[in-house]
Amino acid sequence: MLAIARTLVARDLLLAARRRSDVATALLFFVIVASLFPLGIGAEPNQLRAIAPGVIWVAALLSSMLSLARLFSGDYADGTLEQLLLSGAPLGIVVSAKAFAHWLVSGLPLVLIAPLIALQYDVAAPLYGVLALSLLLGTPVLSIIGAIGAALTLGLRGGGVLLSLLVLPLYVPVLILGAGAVEMASAGLAADGQLLLLAALLIVVAVFAPWATAAALRISLE
Amino acid sequence: MLEATQLECERGGRTLFRDLSFAVRNGEALRIAGPNGSGKTSLIRILCGLAAPSQGEVRWDGTRVQRLAEEYTRRLLYIGHAAALKDDFTPFENLDVACRLTGAAASTEALRWALGAFAVPDLPVRRLSQGQRRRAALARLLISESVPLWLLDEPFAALDAAGSSYVEELLARHVKAGGSLVYSTHQPSALDAAAHLVDLKH
Repeated sequence: MLAIARTLVARDLLLAARRRSDVATALLFFVIVASLFPLGIGAEPNQLRAIAPGVIWVAALLSSMLSLARLFSGDYADGTLEQLLLSGAPLGIVVSAKAFAHWLVSGLPLVLIAPLIALQYDVAAPLYGVLALSLLLGTPVLSIIGAIGAALTLGLRGGGVLLSLLVLPLYVPVLILGAGAVEMASAGLAADGQLLLLAALLIVVAVFAPWATAAALRISLE
Repeated sequence: MLEATQLECERGGRTLFRDLSFAVRNGEALRIAGPNGSGKTSLIRILCGLAAPSQGEVRWDGTRVQRLAEEYTRRLLYIGHAAALKDDFTPFENLDVACRLTGAAASTEALRWALGAFAVPDLPVRRLSQGQRRRAALARLLISESVPLWLLDEPFAALDAAGSSYVEELLARHVKAGGSLVYSTHQPSALDAAAHLVDLKH
């Protein structure tokens, strides 16, 4: 079962490596959206420092959103999704593996590049760690919850917009906790509370959401 | 043994077929015939467990396939209309991943041999012709000889005469070795004489 999950993650990573432009688009989108705010608002350091956590997190949500529509649609179009449903592992495991691969490709790069973006907002250096940690715990939640929406809107016309409407409200707790953690830290308080809640959210979602995604996939493929 | 009892399928408010009952024992073949849109693909997808029938049930060795879940899917090979190949991969990579995903990884030599037997060139699938894609998909047959149940939707579509007769030979060998086979086709083949027939015309 684990071998099957590993195969699937390796396959999706290899596919991403063969289509690097898809990965680069989501990442560049994140960089550009996050860079537009300092340009639009002006270089008032206190103001920038105040909006930094929220802006970076919102940009991360949108960027993760952007690549979600492709999570199942490619496999759906060429028939591989049917084969995944008939694979030797429970569908929940298959879906978890796909969400994990999606996170490796679209979430992890955000974690690594976020400190660079924070530089533009004149965020104090000690906060980089908290920002990266909050993204490290939060972005997997985005991939896992987003998979439910991607499965539900599979094969629908205008599915992309519907997907955002379905999924973005579900991202709100992650946004509040993630941006909250950085704000707490910038106010000189301990961010442990928010980070632990994010970790708890990640565990709950990782356990239960894949089964919802599996059910949604079965409905979409009927 | 694959058993279907009183299957009914509805698509878009139209009943495609009803009261369809049949059984496919080990060493038997079943051919699904019928004009376009008569529900051949729907029936095969129901037999795979990919779709649920609106009435009736499908059983494998006496147990409903929905209850068996992976226990059932590990025992079947389904090759549908879509070739289930990734455009960015070579046929070898596609076949390797497909085998691993069913939990039965095959050796490199076995995969190369299967693709060689079907004369599939070692190019990214994107650059293959329709017939070559079909061959790359059907190469799985050679790796899956121990899988008891084969469900093939239009296996001969897009194949040339030599390809068709090779596939016919493989299917006949599978049935002879005690496997079960369900296939849908428009074109007559040497298998038809020995196969049971489900005609969806009515």
